[in-house]
Amino acid sequence: MAKRIRVSLSYRQRQIIGGLVFTFPFIIGFTLFFLYPFIQSIIFSLNELELGASGYSLVWQGLGNYRYALLEHASFNERFVDSITDTLSSLPMVIGFSLFAATILNQKFKGRGIARMILFLPVILGSGVVLKMQTGDWAYIMAQDSANANYFAGNALNDILGMIRLPESVIEYLIDVITSSQEIIQASGVQILIFLAGLQSIPGSVYEAADVEGATTWEKFWLITFPSLSPLILTNVVYTVIDSFTTTRNPLLLLIEDVSFTGAGFGVAMAMSMLYFLFVAVLLIIVYAIISRFVFYNV
Amino acid sequence: MTRLQKKRLTSIISTIFRTAVLIGVSYVIIQPMLTRLSTSFMNVEELYDQSVKWIARNPTLYNYRQCWVHMNYPQALFNTFTLTLVVSVLQVAACTYIGYGLARFKWAGSGLLLGLAIFSLVVPPQMIRIPLYLHFRFFDLFGILKGNPINLVGTYWPFILTAITGSGFRNGLYIYIMRQFFRGMSKELEEAAYVDGGGLLTTFFRVMLPSAVPGLVVVFLFSFVWQWNDYFYTTMFMSGKNFLPQALEQVASRAANVIHATDRVAVMSGLVQDNFSTVINNAGMIMVITPLLIIYLLMQRYFVESIERTGLVG
Repeated sequence: MAKRIRVSLSYRQRQIIGGLVFTFPFIIGFTLFFLYPFIQSIIFSLNELELGASGYSLVWQGLGNYRYALLEHASFNERFVDSITDTLSSLPMVIGFSLFAATILNQKFKGRGIARMILFLPVILGSGVVLKMQTGDWAYIMAQDSANANYFAGNALNDILGMIRLPESVIEYLIDVITSSQEIIQASGVQILIFLAGLQSIPGSVYEAADVEGATTWEKFWLITFPSLSPLILTNVVYTVIDSFTTTRNPLLLLIEDVSFTGAGFGVAMAMSMLYFLFVAVLLIIVYAIISRFVFYNV
Repeated sequence: MTRLQKKRLTSIISTIFRTAVLIGVSYVIIQPMLTRLSTSFMNVEELYDQSVKWIARNPTLYNYRQCWVHMNYPQALFNTFTLTLVVSVLQVAACTYIGYGLARFKWAGSGLLLGLAIFSLVVPPQMIRIPLYLHFRFFDLFGILKGNPINLVGTYWPFILTAITGSGFRNGLYIYIMRQFFRGMSKELEEAAYVDGGGLLTTFFRVMLPSAVPGLVVVFLFSFVWQWNDYFYTTMFMSGKNFLPQALEQVASRAANVIHATDRVAVMSGLVQDNFSTVINNAGMIMVITPLLIIYLLMQRYFVESIERTGLVG
């Protein structure tokens, strides 16, 4: 019986049924626990929320909250630009470093287990309450101080690079890389893990075949490893952008948090997060479109 | 130089290079951790004594004892562990299932749903906090319960419901990771299963799932760690209950209050108070992270093995 049903369905119908069978939990969850609250927060952003003893009431503001955020608030625009430049400038460094680290960790050598363990530690240390408690903490500030020792190394580098007359912007970027090395490394744990799992799923036979053909390590990297990892590069780019936009340390989110409880009110805070979110969404769509042209899927 | 010598030289150089890089990177990661550990054994005076750098002159467990009592550590540990295990198992199961559906079936909705999963990630959780809270506080499935909403706040239900529908914290990412994993797998195995008469679900559970183990382990690790450290959702849905992140946030002020109340002489100046919270917080942080590290160590072993096994199978 079951067989007869399957035969009578077209390929297309089977795809739709399969798709629905596997995705219906998400369709329900997304509608109930995301879309619905999301639409409500859009409504809140157009209103002034007044909390009373018996619940809340809304006072219609139109685009007033948005206007206030963009035109009148003292530091919103500045923090907005800061947080976006931070993200975009650290993105290539994080991706580059995590790819590099994953390649190293995938080699066979003594102490590999320990090395992996340490490099994934930021996954544990760089999240939630642990990250939150770091701010304003004495031990953390001390650690930052020693990271600032890099700053002097940066100055020395500045002189050297100045001598070879690289363009100013390139020098600034390189110095930025060195002084922020600690943040880059701490933000890369998840990405290393994703890359490493990807590296492990490339069959060894492909490399053996390449060895027989006499390929160099360099060729093997660019012709086998890199294309096989390309779907995960896309994953990691998307993740890195999202992570730095939603981390508890993000200066703009801290500002929004501040505004919603102590400052101009919840409506304005909602309008601010809506503006921020829209920008990030557009940015991600552009990045996704560009990178997915270069992605290679093993189909 | 012969070819063999040349090869050996390259391998020596690459070993040195690799070791240097790894030691440097490890130092950057571990150093703040060690600082924390050493601080947790210090007393308040030693903290601003310049001559005490790494090892406390009179190592003390005082901070740990304070944390044990004021975090109500055994209870908080139990609560956090139970919630985390339930949530992460459900999230991994749901996201794998959904991710497979997005990877393998081409229809009008598949691209759209993937887009929506990513969309749900980009929205900072702070943004939908209040509506989501109200939603669970007065839970009423679009009026099905006809004006008799149930209060789900303070129960596991908000966590369970969001987990099984793949809409918990960062679940869009897990769905996306699993989708990428399944897409990278070859289709032949699956088609063979269909030809042999396997249905959709049989093929998924018996053929695809075993090859997705590396992805599952990665997602489980993320889910576990993030739920463990989470204070955002637990504070929102479980306020007043004792979980490790909340306990950690309050431990320093609780301990200070007790000292104030019992010992008049020890009324603290601002600076001493800051230092006091630093040593207490550091001990508390170590106590929150240690179970996670232990689980991580156990998982890490399994993780390395599992990815290598599947790597060989290809």
